[in-house]
Amino acid sequence: MKNKITEITKITKIKKILTDIQPELDFSKGSNFITEGLIDSFDMITLVTCLDEEFGISIDGVDIIPENFFSVEAIVTLLNKKGVE
Amino acid sequence: MDFKFKNKKITGILTVLPKKEVFFEDEIENYNFSRSKSMKLKRAMGYKKRRIVEQGVCASDLAIHGIKHLFDNGLLKKDEIDVLLYVSQSPDHFMPPTSNIIQGELGLKKDMLCLDINQGCAGFIVGLQQAFLFLEQENVNKVVLVNADVLSHKVSPRDRNSNPLIGDGASVTIVEKTSEDNEIFASMKMDGVNARVLQIPAGGFRMPSSQSTSEMKEDESGNFRSLDNLVMEGYAVFNFVQNEVPPMIEEVLATSGLGKDSIDYYLFHQPNKFMLHKLADKIGVDREKMPANIVENFGNASSVTIPTNISYNLGSDLVNNSYMTCMAGFGVGLSWGAIVMKLGNMDFNEIIEF
Repeated sequence: MKNKITEITKITKIKKILTDIQPELDFSKGSNFITEGLIDSFDMITLVTCLDEEFGISIDGVDIIPENFFSVEAIVTLLNKKGVE
Repeated sequence: MDFKFKNKKITGILTVLPKKEVFFEDEIENYNFSRSKSMKLKRAMGYKKRRIVEQGVCASDLAIHGIKHLFDNGLLKKDEIDVLLYVSQSPDHFMPPTSNIIQGELGLKKDMLCLDINQGCAGFIVGLQQAFLFLEQENVNKVVLVNADVLSHKVSPRDRNSNPLIGDGASVTIVEKTSEDNEIFASMKMDGVNARVLQIPAGGFRMPSSQSTSEMKEDESGNFRSLDNLVMEGYAVFNFVQNEVPPMIEEVLATSGLGKDSIDYYLFHQPNKFMLHKLADKIGVDREKMPANIVENFGNASSVTIPTNISYNLGSDLVNNSYMTCMAGFGVGLSWGAIVMKLGNMDFNEIIEF
């Protein structure tokens, strides 16, 4: 039986991916990654590619909008919408 | 706007690519980003190598090289050409039309029509539709559609948004009447409100090139470019493609009466691997049916990417076999269009170098 991924596991994985993309930044302090300049549109592409691979999904192109990536919580919501559990 | 055509076919495609290859990893130091970030982007976008022309080479040089190759190999005769369509954003001059220059250089007959069309990423679809329309005329039997661009001359080498993906190239597509009872379904849409999300701001009459338009400035993402350079609002373009292209494909397939699985290949314009994979997923077709390997091997040469895609991925297979295809182009204008038609039993389908 496949184990469910807990919210904590999702958050841990997301933070690791973000840190891999931007090792020099502290994402735990950011409240809005986009407006605070922590990630740009090209980082979002790398982020989506990593999330797709890590969670075995394909995030829809129409969902690749800043609102879905401005915080770890927003990314978790997006993953939940894609049925990651 | 939907179009429907009958008794027309593509009888040959020749793609002409410059010999010069540049590699993404050799250019990373030009960009204002860390090497590790650029390498991650390379993987996601499919950046590897691209073909560009040497300084001073024009798009028409590639086109003339290609058409001469067809003459020399007995694949095209001068007097057969009734219409020469030249789709490009890299004209030799503001005037005269580049198609007339090509006609003169090649010594083509005078009793013909030469026409320049300023179109980009959707230019192969626009050009094909124009070819089909001309072929409705009794006196027009053969149209030579040339797609050609050398936009590498117009991209800042310090612009990570555009430089890693831009390639140069040309293609020569022969479009003719046929007695085969085939049907071709096409759709074309335009959105001029957002025309400036992909543009070269200076160099025309609205903003002539000057000392000030050539000054390099840093944008908010850390890219350096001048007003004489191509600028692309990547995020806006990405969203336009993801929102507008899938419904257009659904629409043209519905008009054709064909299901998604009846299409053997989705031969789309090649902006980058990431965007194409997302499009395939959204439309609901296997990624294997939608080749996404042109940017990584040759770069994105605007309207030349669809013929390059056809020549590179199907090659001589299209001489011996035929497949039901859905072609789509999208970008500059903004313009987006699609054609559903059978491709195959061609006289030639190949790539040569310049």
